[in-house]
Amino acid sequence: MAETTMTRSGKGAIRLPSRPGAHPEDTLLRAERLPHIWCPGCGIGPALGAYVEALQESEVPLKQQVIVSGIGCTGRSAGYVNIDSFHTTHGRAIPFATGMKIANPDLKITVFSGDGDLFAIGGNHFIHAARRNIDLNVICINNFNYGMTGGQLGPTTPPEALTSTSPYGHEEESFNLPYLAACAGAVFVARWTSLHFLQLKRAIRHAMQKEGFTFIEVLSPCPPGFGGPNSLGEGLDQMRWYKEKATINPQANLETIGLELGDAKIVLGDFVDRERPSYLARQQLLAQRARGN
Amino acid sequence: MSKAVLTGEFFLSGGAACVEGAIAAGCRFYAGYPITPSSEIAERMSRRLPQVGGHYLQMEDEPGSLAAVLGASWGHCQVMTATSGPGFSLMQENLGLAVMTETPCVIVDVQRGGPSTGLPTLTSQADMMQAKWGSHGDYELIAYAPQSPQEMFDLTFKAFNMAEKFRTPVLVMSDKIVSQMVERVLIPAEKQIKRVERRRPDRAAQANGAEVLVPPMACAGEGFAIHVTGLTHDERGYPAINVETQQRLIGRLRGKILQNGAEIIEYEERDLEGARIVVVAYGSTARSALLACRLARQRGLEVGLLRLITVWPFPAERIKALRAEALIVPECNQGQMVREVERFATCPVRPVSQAGGELLAPESILKAIEEVAQIG
Ligand code: SF4
Repeated sequence: MAETTMTRSGKGAIRLPSRPGAHPEDTLLRAERLPHIWCPGCGIGPALGAYVEALQESEVPLKQQVIVSGIGCTGRSAGYVNIDSFHTTHGRAIPFATGMKIANPDLKITVFSGDGDLFAIGGNHFIHAARRNIDLNVICINNFNYGMTGGQLGPTTPPEALTSTSPYGHEEESFNLPYLAACAGAVFVARWTSLHFLQLKRAIRHAMQKEGFTFIEVLSPCPPGFGGPNSLGEGLDQMRWYKEKATINPQANLETIGLELGDAKIVLGDFVDRERPSYLARQQLLAQRARGN
Repeated sequence: MSKAVLTGEFFLSGGAACVEGAIAAGCRFYAGYPITPSSEIAERMSRRLPQVGGHYLQMEDEPGSLAAVLGASWGHCQVMTATSGPGFSLMQENLGLAVMTETPCVIVDVQRGGPSTGLPTLTSQADMMQAKWGSHGDYELIAYAPQSPQEMFDLTFKAFNMAEKFRTPVLVMSDKIVSQMVERVLIPAEKQIKRVERRRPDRAAQANGAEVLVPPMACAGEGFAIHVTGLTHDERGYPAINVETQQRLIGRLRGKILQNGAEIIEYEERDLEGARIVVVAYGSTARSALLACRLARQRGLEVGLLRLITVWPFPAERIKALRAEALIVPECNQGQMVREVERFATCPVRPVSQAGGELLAPESILKAIEEVAQIG
């Protein structure tokens, strides 16, 4: 296939196929698996796009890049990316990726999954992975509900929100994910929305360069599961809503950036960027002790 | 660096022998969660694996332990975990993932009495059916029942080879007695050890399109852009949610175990020639059964012993071929494998059961033999 090369804003060459109708990310997506299963207006696609572009720009060869997902709408992401990709059990993407990373430290593993998968059934694994500072990048698509099963409430559903299992409004508080990740020990913590494509891509690129456990929350429209019931409209309306309510403040006090329905601002940014000995770094040190014995 | 194969003659507990069998076979990754009476295995692993360049990882729970084990297997490591009943229950979810994604791994279940928290920590053999049916859906796997520390070494070693060869989870269904008793264990010389490794991808072989029961396994980081999913999937690994794919996949996954029964199934026969009564036993109970059979023969009764080494897949053909007048199946449970024996036996079958807690006494088995002999 004939190809032309185009340079995009000094970020390095990307190869554009000359075939009409081809897409620059065709080689990174499993084109034969398209169309995808996601609804019109879903925010998973743009977020996955940011990840795929970050892969393209990363210095780590694609051969070493791995995507691991759990179960749910976002859990299907792994199936569309043309690198080593694993679609595991519900909530277990992080421990699966943990074992893989320890077995082969050359791999650059991204866990790409949803809020229900990572913070309800998989919540225990998340806090322990952050605590042990295992070298993984976790990207959580937060759409405030269980989309795939029909819009039920989840650990990120804001108080009073309407879902298919909170018909009178949700009684509970929701997790403030960046605060949780920071408290548990993540070395890089960010929150963006699927509208903030460039910032999200930059955050993913940065996470890929960090040693240790990183976490990026991506707020994402889910028109049928959450937008509709809470009068936020279609995907585009929700994107507009993010645009109006978003405020970027990397210095924000994380304790105060929980999400609610209503007029409060949605605080975004790269909040935490610190160093802590990673699991693998510490393990290498201690392994010498074991072999000396 | 310490040696992977500790060649020599030792007094070892079953748990310690299990660890040495695993490491000799090539195990370099263990993830687990402490639970009595399997914790000795975790403790020795945490000491031994780093000495041979391997990794011990203590996880936050059992679902996470088996998930990490499977991830490490796809990172091209030979992998294992060990647990006991309550933890084995929690692992059923990812046991299904291991079957569906054909991930080589070894799971050691040191059985204790249940249900629930049950009897910490007294023995039982009450997870034998869970081993076959615990995860949802139709599947086959391989399960061994060691009867001694020596077999904890031998069968754990073999479990790794079979896991690699057939790309399947392999279970070592131990129990508190076999795992904690200390006996003489012979560890062979390095050059006598035969390790089997998973078949590696070979594009030429794949291109000829021949149907294989056990496909080669490409791992992460090898440039194959593999896709691995617990969904029903086609030959490329892509989800395909339809009747034909399900039938083809499930047929092959079951077939690769069942059609290789001749290679997988092992048992030990004693005095079966002309035996009117055959005792069918496995694991620690087989030790009692052996003594009971000896005593019965001293009393002139024509009794033989069929000791199951592989319990799953079940040796149906061997049971069918038994020409006895009665079979006796002693178990440290309320009658689990006896159901399987009944399915294939051509003569009456009598269970000898107990609720767990202690080794089934040889006297109970001897009594059953004598009663059956009188009826006959
Ligand atoms: S249900 Fe929601 S999250 Fe799932 S695909 Fe549709 S819009 Fe996306």
